[in-house]
Amino acid sequence: MEQYELFLQTLIAGFMLGGLYALIGLGMALIMGVMRVINLAHGDFMMIAMYIAYWLFTLFEIDPYVSVFIAAPALFLFGLVIQKYLLTPVMKVESILPHNLVILTVGLAMVFSNLATVFFTGDYRSTPVSYASNAWYLTDYWPESPIELSLSMPWTLSFVVAVIITIALWIFLTKTDTGKSIRATAQDVDAALLLGVNVNRVRMVTFGIGLVLVAAAGCLFIPIYYLYPALGKQFTNVGFVITVIGGMGSTNGAVIGGLILGIFESMTATYIGMGWAPVGRFAIFVAALIFLPGGIASIIRRRRLGK
Amino acid sequence: MKKHLPLIIFAGLCVVPFMDLSSYVMHILILVLMWSVIGMAWNILGGYTGQVSFGHAAFFGFGAYTAGLLYYHLEISAWWGIPACVVILTALSLVVGYICLRLRGAYFALATLALGEICRVTAENLVDFTQGNMGIMIRERTWVEKTWFFYIILFIAAGTFILIKTVMESKLGYYFVAIREDQDAAESLGIDTTFYKTISLCLSGVLTGIAGAFFMNYMGYIDPGVVFPLYDISITTVMVVMVGGAATYWGPIVGAVIMVFLAEEIRSLPYIGAAHMTVFGVILILIILFLPNGIVGDFRKLLKPFKSKKGASS
Repeated sequence: MEQYELFLQTLIAGFMLGGLYALIGLGMALIMGVMRVINLAHGDFMMIAMYIAYWLFTLFEIDPYVSVFIAAPALFLFGLVIQKYLLTPVMKVESILPHNLVILTVGLAMVFSNLATVFFTGDYRSTPVSYASNAWYLTDYWPESPIELSLSMPWTLSFVVAVIITIALWIFLTKTDTGKSIRATAQDVDAALLLGVNVNRVRMVTFGIGLVLVAAAGCLFIPIYYLYPALGKQFTNVGFVITVIGGMGSTNGAVIGGLILGIFESMTATYIGMGWAPVGRFAIFVAALIFLPGGIASIIRRRRLGK
Repeated sequence: MKKHLPLIIFAGLCVVPFMDLSSYVMHILILVLMWSVIGMAWNILGGYTGQVSFGHAAFFGFGAYTAGLLYYHLEISAWWGIPACVVILTALSLVVGYICLRLRGAYFALATLALGEICRVTAENLVDFTQGNMGIMIRERTWVEKTWFFYIILFIAAGTFILIKTVMESKLGYYFVAIREDQDAAESLGIDTTFYKTISLCLSGVLTGIAGAFFMNYMGYIDPGVVFPLYDISITTVMVVMVGGAATYWGPIVGAVIMVFLAEEIRSLPYIGAAHMTVFGVILILIILFLPNGIVGDFRKLLKPFKSKKGASS
């Protein structure tokens, strides 16, 4: 019985982690789809959002869940500035190496994480919210239940908010004009240009939205996680692993990829050992590259074509 | 003059140990030579073949650990690591090539990035085999003086330079460049692109591994954080080549000189020392924006402002 309990508990934890991971992956997949750039500074943007949430909590006692509405617009503007003054000029530069933009984001990541160390020191920080250790227990609602499961309150809250944001994004991408032009640009830049889409503006908006998503993920992570300047790299890895599992640039794939990765990681952490969780992450990444190079998106597409 | 430049520089470096320099200066020179080897090795794959790798720390670390583990488990001199590297790194490159080289562009960059991280985490967790984060230490150093280390790395660097020049002036080199310029066109002309990319990767991996094995012998201590880091090895390698100039013979060497001196200088400055990564990041961004082909690649562009001024005054 205890084994089932452990398994189910791990599954639930993994599912919730996956929901948050999906948010990170979604932002990266959007940017990847529209701009053909892997944003290797993605995790570091998240780190910035987490510091915003942290300082808002420490100085003004603003709840991290409320900071989503402050950190996200702030990063949106930041994204527009970076896109306008750094990414767009580099897109026009001719060079031998093809991956200038990717290397540029690496440069940004170095600057951000180092500046955070300089200004905020390398200390581990967290936001001790009052409800941090609250949880719901299955036996409270169903006393005769044969197994005991618990749901941590901040985890559940973060997960629910993440799901709401994902649904909002889905509505935005399918129902609004801007959303449709983003998807059109992701499908075919030249065709979108011919049809009168302002590709430059779409790129700026997409980069902004990608950062909004990762900023939201940062604010949702801080009540359940801790914060230090070098944390960005880890979440960048998470982001690109999801992007590859999901299929480059596919948003549906990113959501499923996020859930798979979250569950897989909690399983490795429980059954093999905490230190091996990153290895599990990369093992699934390599497996995806070998056996499913098109990602989950290719399966979805095959289904739809009825093959 | 230009034809004999490599020989002149080599001869000049050969007499350096007789100049009675302080051991700190020798240390810097050894680091410069080591980074030139890594940069030249990366350049084969990234600059000439166009497969940008963000995971050369994996090859470097594998080389270092090959030497270290030979010493630790078999109790033979860690210098055997250099010949052993050739075999082990070829094997590793073949595996990596099998997995990663079917991928293109961004996928390949990501796959190699993951590779470096996989190696680091594995080395940290396989405590019984690699000592984990405790690292491996060579208790008896071969030489206390730096002279012989300097000559060894100098000959490795010279060998690398000659090897790359020979390869790039042979048919193989033209295949590499063809793959970089247009993989589909190369394939349609009958070049087995995967095969040649694998050769390029093997060359690059083995040379980087040899630099790693040398590092183990020279420093006498390694741990996963020293030889497998993303920024300090993988990205610095990319920077060495980007600053100097990708796909040029001299680029990685110029880049190594600049990067090693900068790193040493900036780290020793008060206040700014803690922010040396920021400075590196800003340099990287500026290079991408203004000198996308590096100092050697865009040398003409660099000279332009001076030339036009002269023209105006005369």
